[in-house]
Amino acid sequence: MDSVNGMIEISALSKAFGPIEVLRSVDLTVGRGRVLAIVGPNGAGKTTLIKSILGLTHPDAGRISIDGAMIGGDDAYRARIGYMPQIGRFPENLSALDLFAMLKDLRGGTAVVDEELIDRFCIRDQLAKPLRVLSGGTKQKVNAALAFLFSPELFILDEPTAGLDPLSSSILKDAILALRSAGKTFVLTSHVMSELEELADDVAFLLNGKMLFVGALDDLKKITHQVTLERAVASLMTPAVAGPTR
Amino acid sequence: MSTLLKVLKYQARDAIRSQWLIAYGIFFAIVAEGLLRFGGDPVKAQLSLINVVLLVVPLVAIVFGTVYLYNAREFVELLLAQPLKRRQLYGGLYLGLTIPLIVVFTIGIGLPFAVRGLDLSSWSALAALLGGGIVLTCVFSGLATLIAVRFEDRLRGLGVAIGAWLLLTVIYDGFVLFVLAAFSSYPLERVTLGLMMANPIDIVRLALLLRFDGAAMMGYTGAVFLKFFDGPAGVIVTLAALTLWVSLPIALGVRTFSRKDF
Repeated sequence: MDSVNGMIEISALSKAFGPIEVLRSVDLTVGRGRVLAIVGPNGAGKTTLIKSILGLTHPDAGRISIDGAMIGGDDAYRARIGYMPQIGRFPENLSALDLFAMLKDLRGGTAVVDEELIDRFCIRDQLAKPLRVLSGGTKQKVNAALAFLFSPELFILDEPTAGLDPLSSSILKDAILALRSAGKTFVLTSHVMSELEELADDVAFLLNGKMLFVGALDDLKKITHQVTLERAVASLMTPAVAGPTR
Repeated sequence: MSTLLKVLKYQARDAIRSQWLIAYGIFFAIVAEGLLRFGGDPVKAQLSLINVVLLVVPLVAIVFGTVYLYNAREFVELLLAQPLKRRQLYGGLYLGLTIPLIVVFTIGIGLPFAVRGLDLSSWSALAALLGGGIVLTCVFSGLATLIAVRFEDRLRGLGVAIGAWLLLTVIYDGFVLFVLAAFSSYPLERVTLGLMMANPIDIVRLALLLRFDGAAMMGYTGAVFLKFFDGPAGVIVTLAALTLWVSLPIALGVRTFSRKDF
């Protein structure tokens, strides 16, 4: 993390669901204009971390600030975030156009609309149909288009390419890289390491709610003496290597 | 307030196109039409409709409501990631469910009467019937919204919803009858009145039956009830009880929803 004043700054974030500690004093800084990949096995706390940033989950302790402003209380900060949930499930009887109009309404009419992804996905002819008749892949494209629609500063994408065909997945990745060059910040999760390797500048590795590594992708490979992210992450999960990094 | 109206607008647009809701409206239209056609007299038809309304409106509001909101869960998460207040979103979800139910119910029952044309007194009786159904919709969709945010597991939530309906429609009346039978040698008019006020379905049932001159069939108890409902105290207590039944689930739901982790 080179940037002193990150887009997202998280310190000592903890959250427990009953007896299960999902996040244990997590620290994380996401630099402006960078792509951060959160990796870790299932149940490591990735989704809880993302939902804490979005304010969907209330942390037990710790601080989160977005662009220098602490979150909590005020909801206005979410206007600068584009969120793509893991699964796009929408009201069955509405069309994608209704959905776009609804979110546009909720964000106030002034939002600048970026429909580039809709055109690149070639889904314009599907937008007027009720969402219940759309295929899973098309719904996922609508889900992605929603996150990109309001030209946010910060994108939070939870497994963005899951359920997309290779072509659509490349279109989405290109869009991410193009916006990154334009100075936007991304937080991604994915289980496809090769994909993260293509996109990510930085990696945050979560295991059992603890942040075991945060840093540049290249540093991670250097520390673990591995050439691919997949190998590097696998070797992090063995305690001998995980120890000295934190 | 505006966020609430925006959520309401789209949520209602979605719910009103649901085939279950359309079936609900058609059901009431068929029942009302049938009773009018074979009973002849609109007042008799309305009297018979009271029992259908008291049974079906709470059931549909609470079951359709919980299922609908459980299905909307992921979408609610997406909405929560937008810049809006949770209490406003809750209000939008509640009204987006309640208003389509009310619209469909009103059209379903009202249409068969409207096409026939009624005299003034049947219109006021019809208005009372519709009003009763609308109040019950508000109460039970409020309970449905509360249940859907309170219980994470949808099967359990649905069980609680059906349980609540059974309790208020069947079990509670059984309990009241048991009390009346067990203490039959005491004057129980006031106690009964109190027990009735604790159940929204009973409040609506009493208010409607008394409007339809059903009090004459209930003997001395009916006379006591009639006296109570005609006086200003009775009106105030009834309205207060119904207001409580509508607002309490909403208040509890907003509280739960505001603190909930998604």
